[in-house]
Amino acid sequence: MQQSNDSAHAAGYSIIGLVSTALPLLLFAGLCFMWPQVVRGGVYAVQWPWMPSLDIVLHFRLDGLSFLFGLIVTGIGFLVTLFAASYMAGHPHTGRFFVYLNTFMLAMLGIVMADNLLLLFVFWEITTIFSYLLIGFDHESAATRDNAKQALLVTGAGGLSLLIGILLIKTAGGSLTLSEWIASDHQIRQHPLYLAIFTTILLGAMTKSAQVPFHFWLPNAMSAPTPISAFLHAATMVKAGIYLLMRMHPLLGGTPEWMGSLVVIGGVTAIWGAVQALSPSDLKRMLAYTTVMGLGMLTMFLGGNNTASLTAATTFLLVHALYKAALFLAVGSIDHQTGTRRLERLGGLWRAMPLTALTVATATMSMAGFPLFFGFIGKEIMYQGALTEEMFPQFATTITLLSNSLMTAVAGIILLGPFTGKRPDHLENVVDAPLPMRFGPGIMGGLCLLFGLVPWWVSAYLIQPAVHAFSVVEKEVQLAIFHGFNTPLLLSVITLTLGGLIYFSRKTLRPAVTAALDAIPLTGQRGYDITLKGLLATAHAVVDGLQNGSLHRYLRITIGVFAITTAAVWWFNADGWTLRLRSADLPLSHWLLVAVMAVAVLVVVRAQSRILAVCALGMVGGGAALVFLVYGAPDLALTQLLVETLTLIIVSIVLLRLPSLAGPPPGPVSVSRWVDSLVAVGTGIVVTTLCIAITNGTIDRQLTAFFEYNSYIAAHGRNIVNVILVDFRSLDTLGEITVVATAGLAGYALIAKRRQ
Amino acid sequence: METVLAILTGTMVAGSVFLMLSKNLVRFIFGLVLASNAVNLLIFAAGRLETSRPPLIPQDATHAAVAVANSLPQALILTAIVIGFALLAFIFILFSRTYQTLGTVDTEAMTDAEPFAGEDSAKGRRP
Repeated sequence: MQQSNDSAHAAGYSIIGLVSTALPLLLFAGLCFMWPQVVRGGVYAVQWPWMPSLDIVLHFRLDGLSFLFGLIVTGIGFLVTLFAASYMAGHPHTGRFFVYLNTFMLAMLGIVMADNLLLLFVFWEITTIFSYLLIGFDHESAATRDNAKQALLVTGAGGLSLLIGILLIKTAGGSLTLSEWIASDHQIRQHPLYLAIFTTILLGAMTKSAQVPFHFWLPNAMSAPTPISAFLHAATMVKAGIYLLMRMHPLLGGTPEWMGSLVVIGGVTAIWGAVQALSPSDLKRMLAYTTVMGLGMLTMFLGGNNTASLTAATTFLLVHALYKAALFLAVGSIDHQTGTRRLERLGGLWRAMPLTALTVATATMSMAGFPLFFGFIGKEIMYQGALTEEMFPQFATTITLLSNSLMTAVAGIILLGPFTGKRPDHLENVVDAPLPMRFGPGIMGGLCLLFGLVPWWVSAYLIQPAVHAFSVVEKEVQLAIFHGFNTPLLLSVITLTLGGLIYFSRKTLRPAVTAALDAIPLTGQRGYDITLKGLLATAHAVVDGLQNGSLHRYLRITIGVFAITTAAVWWFNADGWTLRLRSADLPLSHWLLVAVMAVAVLVVVRAQSRILAVCALGMVGGGAALVFLVYGAPDLALTQLLVETLTLIIVSIVLLRLPSLAGPPPGPVSVSRWVDSLVAVGTGIVVTTLCIAITNGTIDRQLTAFFEYNSYIAAHGRNIVNVILVDFRSLDTLGEITVVATAGLAGYALIAKRRQ
Repeated sequence: METVLAILTGTMVAGSVFLMLSKNLVRFIFGLVLASNAVNLLIFAAGRLETSRPPLIPQDATHAAVAVANSLPQALILTAIVIGFALLAFIFILFSRTYQTLGTVDTEAMTDAEPFAGEDSAKGRRP
């Protein structure tokens, strides 16, 4: 990054980047026009047919929930793009970057506005792919590529799980159109497939929204450029899983399975992310873990089935998106201006970067939940939500308390670490970021404070329409600056105290946490490594076993599989073991013919001399011609004799060029050769049995009858076989001639090459 | 006759498989010729061998008056014989060229395209 930064200073901003800001800005403005309608509970819907036969419709629907997400996606999208226009200036691939960014944003809008589940899935996968491209944007680093691949594999696997879930929903009788499904009051919760549907959908949401044990990809995804981390991995993409859970809440939620697993998974994720956030010295990685914590919290509150819990989830969604995107961008500014994000190399920057310091101050105050900031409102409602959870309310409250305390401490580290204290010598000449880079985080930091001052407005115009869209609200939960002296307020006070204590003991706590984390034997990351290694090892073993370069093994496997599967099919379908043998009243000459052919086969197999083998082969071929002749196929006999003669001539010519068969004197027969014999005899038996089984059944002569009837009438030929070949199936014959011609050409090419 | 032919076909297939598994290109060719014949006979037997009258329509009639041999498998086999021959001819040339280039008819020694597991391709290549 450092190199590109130098030229960035020269260029100042990227033109493509500035132009790219138009798209999110226009979309944001468009959404604002729909605001009044949405606040009144109105819904916008459009649809175009796409694949009607598969029940796939380009069906978009905008309700309160989609609207809130849409504002976050386009609003933060605009500020992030503006930031990136400066941040990425001078980078050789700015064009690519902004195309990825804008495509991702559109796909994200697609997710939150799709009313058709399969359409939602398509957008879901597009965000996965673009997340991969954006994490791996710095594709020249191997670690970055690995991180991008990890995110792709984990979220991609979750995407497949989601697809299974969607198909199961269809199987269980649910509609693929979400609004229709909700309206039809389909009782999917009582369906036997409910658990399978819930599990697969949950897995999709868990991987996308980085829930334990799939959370590890998110901190690794921090190798993306910082604007990407702010947009995808704080504000939008990781919230796609949360969105999915919200959308599914009225359909799948409210059951003990849903409430229990969401509260536990979300709770564990929250506390796990919050504890891990203490450990890293890289500011961005620290923020990534706090995002894991935030996502865990959201999941936990979605486990509830009451207005307080769901309002808590929705409010915290907005709180988190604002302060987290602001902090990511501010860290990006610090990185951009100083060239480092490591805590131990930063300090005393508040005088050099005053506006960034102010932004970080408001954002971290909101994160820590100080009164008058939006985060405080969020925390109050969170405690209210945790206390009213249907399942494990004590667990949820404890988790919320501990996680929020840790967040307060982390907020302190992020604010006080880089900006206060003594400024290191290498940071002497640092100045604040260019204006477009200060603008975005500044706005969001400002909103962290502003929204905290007008909570009733936020509540009425943003939160409540969203909550109404995915739940039945019995009693409205109002946001206010001060809710009175109640349990949530008490818990808030405890949180701030506890957070302060953790902050002041950070010098001893952080190394201890790092050591403890290192000591854990099995983490998600290690599980991923083991799975990936195992998968590769299995693939290698299979390839080495099947495709080892030995023709002998290929043939053995191919023929063996043919014999075994044929035998198995026959075994499971045969109606009884009796095979009727039909050989009665066969003339002696026929017996003799067959016997001679059988002996000739044996001779070919055993021959040590090429001439003997060729002669015996000729006998087999000639014998076949005789069989054709005797049983009414003179054409076949003629062709067979001709071909047999030609074959023998060619074999003889070729054999003159190949070495003699006589090898070293035959030693003891090897085990491998015994296996070969076994495969050969087994295949022979299977073919014999197959042939007898076929001839035991009744034959369907419909086609033959057609050809016999029409041969003269329709095609004016008296030789039925010939008529079939040149008239009824003439295209097949053309194909046959093509094969012969191709073989001839290829053969000629091989010979001609030799002559050169 | 179908049953007898079935046993003969089985014998031929067994012989051809054994030959093809022998790791010697010359024997492999013999096995291939045998297999080609065996499959033709198998199709022939599957079409039933109830009469020795060829599927022809007499001069003065528009249909065969009596039952004639099954024409459909015959047409299939005719195609198969020709295609089988073309394939064999090509393989003969290919094997002959292979021997000229590699100097061996041992299939296990031919590892240029796919070196055995653990070997790299340079090691398997002959000068």
